[in-house]
Amino acid sequence: MSPEEIIQRRVARELHPGTLVNLGIGLPTGVSRFIRPEQEILFQSENGIVGMGAPPPEGMDDEDLTDAGGHYVSAVPGAATVDSTFSFGLIRGGHLDATVLGGLEVDEKGLLANWMVPGKMVPGMGGAMDLVSGARRVIVAMQHTARGKPKIVPACTLPLTATRRVTLIITDMAVIEPMDDGLVLRERAPGVEVQAILDATSAKLIVPDFVPEMILAE
Amino acid sequence: MKKGVTPAQVAEMIPDGAVLMIGGFMGMGSPHRVIDALVAAGRRDLTVIANDTARPGWAIGKLITAGAVSRAIVSHIGLNPETQKAMIAGTINVELVPQGTLAERIRCGGYGLGGVLTKTALGTIAAKGQRVIDIDGEEWLYAPPLKADFALIHSDRADYIGNLSYQLTSTNFNPVMATAANTVICEPREIIPVGLIPPDAVTSPGVLVDYLVTAQRGL
Repeated sequence: MSPEEIIQRRVARELHPGTLVNLGIGLPTGVSRFIRPEQEILFQSENGIVGMGAPPPEGMDDEDLTDAGGHYVSAVPGAATVDSTFSFGLIRGGHLDATVLGGLEVDEKGLLANWMVPGKMVPGMGGAMDLVSGARRVIVAMQHTARGKPKIVPACTLPLTATRRVTLIITDMAVIEPMDDGLVLRERAPGVEVQAILDATSAKLIVPDFVPEMILAE
Repeated sequence: MKKGVTPAQVAEMIPDGAVLMIGGFMGMGSPHRVIDALVAAGRRDLTVIANDTARPGWAIGKLITAGAVSRAIVSHIGLNPETQKAMIAGTINVELVPQGTLAERIRCGGYGLGGVLTKTALGTIAAKGQRVIDIDGEEWLYAPPLKADFALIHSDRADYIGNLSYQLTSTNFNPVMATAANTVICEPREIIPVGLIPPDAVTSPGVLVDYLVTAQRGL
């Protein structure tokens, strides 16, 4: 199983049935593959849809129905479309149960940096700042390291996306929960030892006596 | 009855240096024919207020490629490397605004409000130089209203008096921009007789709209 798939399958188990969820572009988008219809989870895309569906069948693209990355999508029965002010009212107003976003860095305070690398990559924050400020739960879904370097660090060196602590960090190695006294190692990926996680993390981790293996969605 | 105009006539109305709001999200729901006409007319020094600058060669990306834009107030330029390059080179002054804040700033401009208070971007470098307002001990970031000389928007349908209805995710910034500019020009997919859009399906009443871009005729 690829690192991305481990992350996506674990995130899928974190989403609550019957809620509204926003999946970021890229790795988080793939989480939807592991959600079963009976979970009745509605996906929101910030360009203005509640109830976004999978890509349409071959040849059925509609230029009036895309995700926030401009990719063609479909809509599930019961979907609703809204304008940008309404879409962000849902996001900031606490109507979104969870947002799943990628990350460049997360630090010991649970703060996320994911929108720019000064001098190198300045894509703009798009909806990321609204999502991290407003969603009820913020789940960071990212690889544990980038080119061998830890992404979970003592303090973010990159500009923060928000000053609000994220809810959970899910990587291909671990599930980590930011708490008042620091980052708590909650779970390890199948076959990954605690020491390997500590070696791949430059932030201080609080390690409980027992760290169970992740259970992944089928 | 609204006046029907061609894209070329729209471009003539818009002077160099104008402040434009342009609807669309990654080019979906943008007024493509009007954008093409602005490029053809060689407009310069435009300020563009929009969600994003699309991609090179697509929608607002065409205005960037043509060198028509000197200032952009947008939430995202990640899919247009030309905008990023121009920002770093200093040829386009890019103000990056969180997407929800951008929508609310336009809404304030159009709804007669003095701005909004938001938590978004509070304490980040995106809030640098902006006012933080304390209300009963709680900090909020102040976001001022935005207005434009022209709103260039897209709709699915328009009727002869300019009532507009939108389709799915092509709605995005179009309805709010229709409230926030001195002159509102809509490029609908089709123009139909008054009465065919039911009142509940009208998202932007025709009173907001000044001009409709007429359909492309014949082949």
